[in-house]
Amino acid sequence: MSSVKQHKEPLLRIAKRDGISRSKAYAIRIVAVILSLVISGIFIFAVTKLNPIQVYEAMFNGAFGSSRRSWVTIRDTMTLLCIGVGLAPAFKMKFWNIGAEGQVLIGGIMTAGLMRAYGNSIPTPVLLVIMAAASLLGGCVWGVIPAAFKAKWNTNETLFTLMMNYVAIQLTSYCVALWENPFGSNTVGQINQQTKGGWFPALFGQTYALNVIIVLALTIGMFLYLKYSKQGYEITVVGDSENTARYAGINVKKVTIRTMAISGAICGLAGFIAVAGASHTISTSTAGGRGFTAIIVAWLAQFNTFVMVLISLLLVFLQKGAIQIASQFNLNDYASNVITGIILFFILGSEFFINYRVILRSGKEGEAK
Amino acid sequence: MTGAQLTQLLQSAVFFGTVIMYGAIGEILTEKSGNLNLGVPGIMYLGGIAGLAASFFYEINTENPSAIVCLLLSFIAAFLASALGGLIYSFLTITLRANQNVTGLTLTIFGGGIANFFGGSLNTMAGGVGQISVATTSAAYRANIPALAGMGTVGTLLFSYGFMVYLAIILAVALHFFLTRTRKGLNLRAVGENPATADAAGINVTRNKYLATCVGAGISGLGGLYYTMDYIKGTWANDGTIEALGWLAVALVIFATWKTVNAIWGSYLFGLLFWMYLYIPGLTRSSQELFKMLPYLVTIAVLIFISLRKKRENQPPASLGLAYFREER
Amino acid sequence: MEQTIAIQLKNITKRFGKVVANDSISLEIRRGEILSLLGENGSGKTTLMNMLAGIYFPDEGEILVNGSPVTIASPKDAFACGIGMIHQHFKLVDVFTAAENIVLGLEDEGKLDLKAASAKIVDICQKYGFSIDPSKKVYDMSVSEKQTVEIVKVLYRGADILILDEPTAVLTPQETDRLFDVMRNMKADGKALVIITHKLHEVMDVSDRVAVLRKGQYIGDVATKDTSPQKLTDMMVGHAVTLNIDRPEPKDPTPRLTVENLTVYDAMGVKRLDDVSFTAMGGEILGIAGIAGSGQKELLEAIAGLQPLRPGASIHYRPKETLEGDAGIELVGKTPLQIKQAGVSLAFVPEDRLGMGLVGSLGMTGNMLLRSYRNGFGVFTDRKAPKKLAEDVMGRLEVVTPSVNFPVRRLSGGNVQKVLVGREIAQQPSVLMTAYAVRGLDINTSYTIYNLLTEQKMQGVAVIYVGEDLDVLLELCDRILVLCGGQVSGIVDARTTTKEEVGLLMTRFKKEAAEG
Repeated sequence: MSSVKQHKEPLLRIAKRDGISRSKAYAIRIVAVILSLVISGIFIFAVTKLNPIQVYEAMFNGAFGSSRRSWVTIRDTMTLLCIGVGLAPAFKMKFWNIGAEGQVLIGGIMTAGLMRAYGNSIPTPVLLVIMAAASLLGGCVWGVIPAAFKAKWNTNETLFTLMMNYVAIQLTSYCVALWENPFGSNTVGQINQQTKGGWFPALFGQTYALNVIIVLALTIGMFLYLKYSKQGYEITVVGDSENTARYAGINVKKVTIRTMAISGAICGLAGFIAVAGASHTISTSTAGGRGFTAIIVAWLAQFNTFVMVLISLLLVFLQKGAIQIASQFNLNDYASNVITGIILFFILGSEFFINYRVILRSGKEGEAK
Repeated sequence: MTGAQLTQLLQSAVFFGTVIMYGAIGEILTEKSGNLNLGVPGIMYLGGIAGLAASFFYEINTENPSAIVCLLLSFIAAFLASALGGLIYSFLTITLRANQNVTGLTLTIFGGGIANFFGGSLNTMAGGVGQISVATTSAAYRANIPALAGMGTVGTLLFSYGFMVYLAIILAVALHFFLTRTRKGLNLRAVGENPATADAAGINVTRNKYLATCVGAGISGLGGLYYTMDYIKGTWANDGTIEALGWLAVALVIFATWKTVNAIWGSYLFGLLFWMYLYIPGLTRSSQELFKMLPYLVTIAVLIFISLRKKRENQPPASLGLAYFREER
Repeated sequence: MEQTIAIQLKNITKRFGKVVANDSISLEIRRGEILSLLGENGSGKTTLMNMLAGIYFPDEGEILVNGSPVTIASPKDAFACGIGMIHQHFKLVDVFTAAENIVLGLEDEGKLDLKAASAKIVDICQKYGFSIDPSKKVYDMSVSEKQTVEIVKVLYRGADILILDEPTAVLTPQETDRLFDVMRNMKADGKALVIITHKLHEVMDVSDRVAVLRKGQYIGDVATKDTSPQKLTDMMVGHAVTLNIDRPEPKDPTPRLTVENLTVYDAMGVKRLDDVSFTAMGGEILGIAGIAGSGQKELLEAIAGLQPLRPGASIHYRPKETLEGDAGIELVGKTPLQIKQAGVSLAFVPEDRLGMGLVGSLGMTGNMLLRSYRNGFGVFTDRKAPKKLAEDVMGRLEVVTPSVNFPVRRLSGGNVQKVLVGREIAQQPSVLMTAYAVRGLDINTSYTIYNLLTEQKMQGVAVIYVGEDLDVLLELCDRILVLCGGQVSGIVDARTTTKEEVGLLMTRFKKEAAEG
């Protein structure tokens, strides 16, 4: 007992907040986003010596500079949002579905396969329904497999769903090699490019209107499902405490499997939208990491599907903007991932200041950064 | 399969396995502290690009680059850059208690972004896509002892590799010794199993988590370095291979049931499974892709198996993925 | 024996939110002495000692070790001061061996020499009279073995100030006697010991001095030889225990639940309930007594359909209006949902309120919904009825919450309990089971709960009350079932039995087993 330090009190202490007003919480988040933009600006300036304001201007131009660009931005936002909406029930149940990437691809494979086979023999509206059903089923199966093992033997779902992604990626590569067109290109090419069989039709003169309609309907539906339905209530209880769920007579295994079936199915549907409603082809980049990005979307929105709309839009905006600055300033478009990373780091970090307060030695309390 | 083909297959398995072995043993160290860092792919990217950039700038600015300096510069740069990635993750998850899965995935996006951004720029600076090459450094990484490597099949199988192949094995064994036979290793494992207990025993949970995560990230990053310097011979390609290998490294952690010595043979087995399709006659290009599924399927099988058997020693660290906060009540 | 002062606490205050857990407490701990820290549940004993162990940090006040002021900001600081605490919840790593757990966190550099450590462990065991196998894994150990590991861990570190937090709660009488012998050995060795407890006979048995806390306040300290259980009780509760709980005669008791041959093994394969049989009557309160961990939790959960049972068990339920000779409904083999669907209205207030009875992230309304969410029209839940019920409970039980939508996790323990009890009673149950329903509640709220239970009894409900305070059990219940080591050691009439008789039954079986 020789070296007992003799100081008054630790410099910083951390305590859980009893609660925080909604406006204050958003203020903290906005400060975080502004800070991250400043840091990103410094990064851009450091590597390119370009005026960051100009760069951000160019980014905006890239995302919303023309009606076509805006629609592409909206289209991609919808795809990302759809995956995020799919993940929401799983995460609310505290089931770490890292497997959206795979579930999207399986949905994509189902869609592309049907589109190749029946695109010119079945009328498009009927085919669309069939493809949607098949992609829902595919994603559902991909989600239920890890859920069933979790329910039965408590197999770690984070790692299981992660592995399922790569099984799906290889399956996609297999299909690409199988359906290659033209021969030797190692791509499938646009399916039914001439006839547009199985493509989303333009509605109200807008190519991507159907994407928006489907995804927004899902967004509203999922919000209502989680908040007001009996099943949504069961998900909340299971996510909070499995013991409480059992106490209330909820079959935890059944809810786990059912919820992952829904989660996987919606992610599968996102694959359908990505193939039939956007790219009209299939490759491993049909998901292209969006299954992972959507995890971040769902988490940051804290399962509120309307907040997901904003976050998806922000991320897609960054991506589109970065592609623009890449060509305009002769950079490369991976800059978008750097900026996305920085912004997400800041938002993730800011949650701490919403949930905890920092008490300085003098008794003063630090609020944000 | 002929003998020569078999030798070739085994050799490719070792090359391939070494990349993911670094990734996996670094991640095992990290996970032993209770941190599930899904940023391994991003960290391997950081290691790869930092090593490449360091030797690239040294080589183009020096008349006669010295192999030793090349080696040291790139090695240190790779380790530090990856450890820095680990530091970002640690700060967010340990100090700011952000969710580990989400933070890890963000790190993967960020690391991949940084690496491919600068990789692309380096290619441009070097005169066009695929033009970057750090010949001296890469040669230094691939150097072997000709007398040994020349000893027929045995020489090819055992001694034909650059030093990092052997370093990976040494590191795996050393880490195993550290984790099971030293006090610091015991303390670290306690942090990952039960941080409240470790805390009560006077172990600095925060420091252990930080150190394990940063050093673990540094080691994982060496996988990226080995990939750029040896596997693709000192070049850069924005093709996403490192990311795929990074996830395979995460899979290997499970396959090795969180023991670094298992990662040695596990990584070579993954390499074998991955390349096997080249040597199986009659496979079409499409069915080759199905073959590449094997490592993941095997990992899933292992994951199910350990959850079925419930042998306590094979389970993930008990507090894996959870943040620790002492005054919680 | 020379008694030097080891630790002085001066005006220590600790708050959790608005709750003052310790209010300006001053206390001395001396070497060569066993000090009992006495107080009811929630009086702040453990919180106070946790500040010595570096688990909590005091908001105000000063700690002096050997006369000099110290800052104990972490368990490490506590060790440096020679303070070792044996917590109620063991802090052991399951997959490690005893020896690995004991050397955990020690400063010595370099290689882990488990052989040398084991030798030293065996030495310590011999010196004070324990026995443990240093190479045994913790997940293979019994509770008492784990406790021994905890104590040896502290001694191995050379601690000379030992704090034991309710060490006997989980021990058999024999194990308790052995522990007390060890404690006396340590006292003779010049160590300072603090035992946190609320059991008076233990205080009288083992300690030299008693310090009493009540609701976070320091009441005073007395030498054990100068006091009596009666005087200590007065200090502990503030007045002599005359509870005056209103207890009407049972109203035409009829068999409601007939439990036969209930045997339960836990996930680790340990027998928790051993051939338990009894009948709970409608219109009476059946008390369940027993030392902690005697199978109370398993018994209630088994009735609620939450525990897998061994074959041969039966739980027959007879509704209020049953014809003579009707066997009623068999509950064994039914899930909680099936029990409910069979028309059995079973209310259950489990011990782990937030972990089992409530949904912490939801407000009162969301929690009222837990029992009724299936009633809504179609796929959607009906929120109106639960909201009304929440407001009703809030008014009737005086729940303090900003709104019925405020997450119950953030409410204080007493309010959480009121939400739970309020919801369960609102189901108009025919069987009401409560586990430690008044734990952590203040006196007034406790009486509110007692009255509610009695009200239920008078409406013909079969009330099962698992309690830890014998005085309450004796005054509230009509009959008391005593559990001991998972077996029923007796069912007594609460009006005629004595505290001594129940106390004896609580420990009987183990004594017989040890003697026979």
